[in-house]
Amino acid sequence: MKIDVDFNSKKVAADTDGPAASPEAAMKYDVEMVSVSKVYDGGAKAVDEISLRIPKASYCCLLGPSGCGKTTTLRMMAGHETVSDGDILIHNRNITDAPPAERGTSMMFQSYALFPHLSALDNVAFSLKLKGVKKAERHAQAMEYLTLVQMEALAHRMPGQLSGGQQQRVALARSLITRPKVLLLDEPLSALDPFLRVMMRTELKRIQTELGITFVHVTHSQEEALALSDVMVVMNGGKIMQAGTAREVFETPGNSFVAKFIGGHNVIERDGKTFSIRADKCRLIESAGGQQMVATVTTVEYQGSQVRINLRSDSGQDLTTLLSDTRYFDDPPKRGERVIMSWLAEDEWPLAAA
Amino acid sequence: MGKRRPVSYYLLSLFFAAFLLFLYGPMICVYLLSFQGPEGGMSFPMRGFSTVWFETLFKPGGRGVGDIHNSFFRSMRMAAIVAVLTMLIGVAAGMSFRRRYPGANFVFYSAITSMVVPGILVGFGISLALNVLGLRPDWWYSGIGAQLTWSLPFALLIMFIIMGRFDRSYEEAATDLGATSRQRFQYVILPLILPGIIGIMMAGFTSSYEEAARGALNIGTGNTMPMELTALLGAATTPVMFAIGTLTTLFMFVTVIGTLLITMSLARRRQLRLVAQPA
Repeated sequence: MKIDVDFNSKKVAADTDGPAASPEAAMKYDVEMVSVSKVYDGGAKAVDEISLRIPKASYCCLLGPSGCGKTTTLRMMAGHETVSDGDILIHNRNITDAPPAERGTSMMFQSYALFPHLSALDNVAFSLKLKGVKKAERHAQAMEYLTLVQMEALAHRMPGQLSGGQQQRVALARSLITRPKVLLLDEPLSALDPFLRVMMRTELKRIQTELGITFVHVTHSQEEALALSDVMVVMNGGKIMQAGTAREVFETPGNSFVAKFIGGHNVIERDGKTFSIRADKCRLIESAGGQQMVATVTTVEYQGSQVRINLRSDSGQDLTTLLSDTRYFDDPPKRGERVIMSWLAEDEWPLAAA
Repeated sequence: MGKRRPVSYYLLSLFFAAFLLFLYGPMICVYLLSFQGPEGGMSFPMRGFSTVWFETLFKPGGRGVGDIHNSFFRSMRMAAIVAVLTMLIGVAAGMSFRRRYPGANFVFYSAITSMVVPGILVGFGISLALNVLGLRPDWWYSGIGAQLTWSLPFALLIMFIIMGRFDRSYEEAATDLGATSRQRFQYVILPLILPGIIGIMMAGFTSSYEEAARGALNIGTGNTMPMELTALLGAATTPVMFAIGTLTTLFMFVTVIGTLLITMSLARRRQLRLVAQPA
């Protein structure tokens, strides 16, 4: 409930329309991308003129299917990929061509990339060693950051002796010790098992809130993006499909791609118009004055508090209804049964074609 | 367990046993004959058992020993220098292939070519070129150069294998943390590929130590070990040859095992550091 309130109060301006007009406005953003493109040698366009502003101290998720350009976008922010066209600003400074270490960013790699020949402590202290900080001093500082990620007890272990989740905490500490303005995370949770994934997700959000810096997190998991994002950016084919708060994206998807990708929506075409309707707003009863479609139950998935019913309409469209368990068990529809799926016209959300 | 092995298992095992016999059988003959009695000849049967041929080998002016002592030291000196040069040039060349650059393919194929061209032709060519230029061959430039044409392609291929397995994100992570290219190499790449680099040095050492085809015409005066051995074999009269064989084998084994121990202790040092600072 608390989270809901938070989302309501925080209407984030994640607009996608060009650069900031005044310097005053620009200061509100940690990251600004101005029609940034990435074209590879062969002519393939990985990222196609994307513009994005990420407000101060926000948790931003870049979400999309594989090959949508989200990782390339992140790597361009980090400086590990050259920008073909456009500009990237961090804290109102143009860093488009700056070396990775001079951007105020730090990147956490998907594989964590912990140096296997250095202990957790030495991994975290690595950037200080490069700067010539004395051993005792850099170890003391590294220990502070290991404490932040609750890894102080295992500081002297080698990466090979740490579990995936522990390695990730060390990688996080190693990135944070450089005091980045923006932390870039490349699919940080994808290598973890589902239980750890949810735990680390909470942890990442806690640390982001505690440090008050911007995190940019690449993911292909809708659930992850919805749970974490202050700003959620849905990408496809090198373009931004929609950027906004998680609630905006979920409740008012910009086009049918977003509605389908984000999940939990039925995208229905009728009379030449496309609209989305949330699966949890659909019922399997006839409703007077409501909209309805005749369909056949294909599968039923019990999910605990909810039951997901997959349907196929007579016109051959795949549909989904999410029913609360109580409503489902009142009158459980069977596989192969013909039912009427209904919804209220006011719950329809018109979509632009993707 | 309990499952019957297919016939092919036994056939292949037999083949492998034959391979071992062909590999080590002749060597064992050499080792045995090096302990031939004072009256014994170059072949079986053994006439007694003695270390007299080893004594002959180390006696000044021993019969049938030739210039073997000096040629051994010459070979060692060359092998050590070739090993270091092979390592330095091979690692640098291997690193250069981390990025595409114009002429990269030419460098690669020319390296492979020098493995394919018969060594004796390479050696002859170098010697001819020196002649045209009016230079006298000497071990420290033309000799080492000729051997490098043999050892460097191997070094390059070993580097390809090492760097092919090297996760590029380590380098990116180092760069991200502020490392200059020198720091990146020193603190991240070098420690991780160190066992491979030792391997390259070993390959350089052995390929120089046993090399004769390319070096022979280009080392000037003073034979190397393999050349001296060939010469002695031609005029072989006593089992002192076998004593040399036994000792060189022993020497190479010691070198190889020594290198392995060094590599292993490098790995163990990391472990020790862990134990020294319990978590």
